[in-house]
Amino acid sequence: MSTATETIQEFVSNEYKYGFTSNIETETIPPGLNEDVIRLISAKKNEPEFMLNWRLKAYRHWLTMAEPAWQFAKHPPIDFQSAIYYAAPKNRKELNSLDEVDPELLKTFEKLGISLNEQKRLAGVAVDAVVDSVSVATTFQKDLAKQGIIFCSFSDAVQNHPALVQQYLGSVVPHTDNYYAALNAAVFSDGSFCYIPKGVRCPMELSTYFRINSANTGQFERTLLIADEGGYVSYLEGCTAPMRDENQLHAAVVELVALEGAEIKYSTVQNWYPGDKQGKGGIYNFVTKRGICKGRKSKISWTQVETGSAITWKYPSCILLGDQSVGEFYSVALTNNYQQADTGTKMIHIGKNTKSTIISKGISAGRGQNAYRGLVEIKKGAANARNFSQCDSLLIGDKCGAHTFPYIEVKNSTGQVEHEATTSKIGEDQIFYCNARGISTQDAVNMIVNGFCKEVFRELPMEFAVEAQKLLGVSLEGSVG
Amino acid sequence: MNQPILAIQNLHAGVENKKILKGINLAIRPGEIHAIMGPNGSGKSTLASILAGRDAYDVTEGEVIYCGKDLLEMDPEERAREGVFLAFQYPVEIPGVNSTYFLRAALNEHRKHRGEPELDAMEFLTLVKEKVKLLHLPDDLLKRPVNVGFSGGEKKRNEIFQMAVLQPKLAVLDETDSGLDIDALRIVAEGVNTLKRPDNATLLITHYQRLLDHIVPDFVHVLWDGRIVKSGGKELALELEDKGYDWLIKHDVARG
Repeated sequence: MSTATETIQEFVSNEYKYGFTSNIETETIPPGLNEDVIRLISAKKNEPEFMLNWRLKAYRHWLTMAEPAWQFAKHPPIDFQSAIYYAAPKNRKELNSLDEVDPELLKTFEKLGISLNEQKRLAGVAVDAVVDSVSVATTFQKDLAKQGIIFCSFSDAVQNHPALVQQYLGSVVPHTDNYYAALNAAVFSDGSFCYIPKGVRCPMELSTYFRINSANTGQFERTLLIADEGGYVSYLEGCTAPMRDENQLHAAVVELVALEGAEIKYSTVQNWYPGDKQGKGGIYNFVTKRGICKGRKSKISWTQVETGSAITWKYPSCILLGDQSVGEFYSVALTNNYQQADTGTKMIHIGKNTKSTIISKGISAGRGQNAYRGLVEIKKGAANARNFSQCDSLLIGDKCGAHTFPYIEVKNSTGQVEHEATTSKIGEDQIFYCNARGISTQDAVNMIVNGFCKEVFRELPMEFAVEAQKLLGVSLEGSVG
Repeated sequence: MNQPILAIQNLHAGVENKKILKGINLAIRPGEIHAIMGPNGSGKSTLASILAGRDAYDVTEGEVIYCGKDLLEMDPEERAREGVFLAFQYPVEIPGVNSTYFLRAALNEHRKHRGEPELDAMEFLTLVKEKVKLLHLPDDLLKRPVNVGFSGGEKKRNEIFQMAVLQPKLAVLDETDSGLDIDALRIVAEGVNTLKRPDNATLLITHYQRLLDHIVPDFVHVLWDGRIVKSGGKELALELEDKGYDWLIKHDVARG
């Protein structure tokens, strides 16, 4: 613990610590978007025809759509023709081992605290590292393959497991779903793919680590995760980006499929560059995440800790189709300085005796604006469906805002829906009380915020819960002074 | 034993354009209990807040020396770690933060400051169990968030409990007796009396004499309009109880 004066200085001078750029040779295509660009992306990836057709269908549909404007966040119009839709580290060839990965890339990940060297890895976590939308390395693939688990980049999956890709791609988030999902379907370059076979419990945490490096590029990844009957997997994604003055668009899609008795736990620690203290630069994080509980007694659980991005706009959702299936959503969203977040979830109850839980914690500091938007829908046939929602907001300072937009649609009279909401403020009195007991202001804020987020943090895998707490502390530096 | 724990000299302070303290002089030596009494608005709580370091007040003149150091130069957390403790008149609720966790974090800050090893959860629990008995606090209070859902009396007892754990050199009790029933008052007083040592000191700030039936002060000071207008032994409190403040003020005015 440093002295109070030092802590205050630390606060003031705090910078985004992942804001560096790596000097990696990159192959890009010219900016702009048209059918030729899509054909080029598909060709570069040597894709089978069904992929190209799907991309083109999505692109043509996208052209008919208008950019949505209903979110509680403001941004200048995005010029889709000025962005680059394909950027990849050069020299990508079949790698036989990690030794062949560009050392500069390995260094980048070391700097981020993620070692791709399997010997040095935290035991029990396999990583797929994605730079500028292209997967550069996937660890522990061989160990996992022994149990029939497929964990690889999306591109590899298209090449090696086309049948699985064709069967499930777009089955949860169709190419027509929304403006950004359609765009993603047209131009996505890579992402992660995972398949857990029948009855297999994945023995380690799987994770994808996304890194934006190039300037002026749009980032479009796609993750597809399938847990076959009785399978279990816990999956984590993390994200960082360099500090740049211009805004960068990140429009990813994540699709989860849980078959009978399967369980998927999907955790996100999102720390894209949030922009500077004046609100300049930062990532537009417009992401579509959805899972379907297809089979009986299947379960999907989303946990997210959102601390980065200039604008976060996403609703990890569950379609509860199978009887007795369970959907969960645990979220901590933090906005500081000029960050904006409009996030929440959708729980669509279709099967009988389905259950869902929503715990959302929004923290606003500086001039941050934080909105929870959620839909709980109980369809006609969803007898005895139950939902519990709790949305809490915490305000730090008097220039930020918290907003809650819950939508509830119940079409079956046996449904039970509960919604609780609170708003509280970290007051000077609370800080002073902690100070008067010997606790510094920074520690006091961290303590109060972590207490506020407790219910969500305990859903995260252990190592990441600690990370998330630290991240929250760093993101809040300078919010009180 | 000659160096005072606290020496206040000619302290003037206020908010914005309003002067509240107009030249306080006070010396508290180790082993002593002082009581400051006075009517509402006389500046009692302002004095307590300034000692703890609340920045809502501007000190315009004078100094406060704590154990030979300039107290006013220190941040509130530094004062706490150096052994100044304020028992709040209105203890603050902190939802989500577990009482035990909070107090352990506080104690460990003190220990780090003194260069002592931090206590782990088990060691801390042992310490707490012993102190809990002293204040007759229900066990489950420590499992709840700081002060959340505590009754008024529980909050005040919790303040004294924190004091028992942190073992300050100078404890400032700001109207700890207000809102307490007679049983709670006795428990709080017992706590304060038990914690008294030859090397620490207590400053009681109170409106009423009744707390002083249970905690016997060595000195009583009467605060009126930002000044100490009379100081005396414990019998002064009884006199005040008997005659009220008016007597003293008239007396003071007549004399002045």
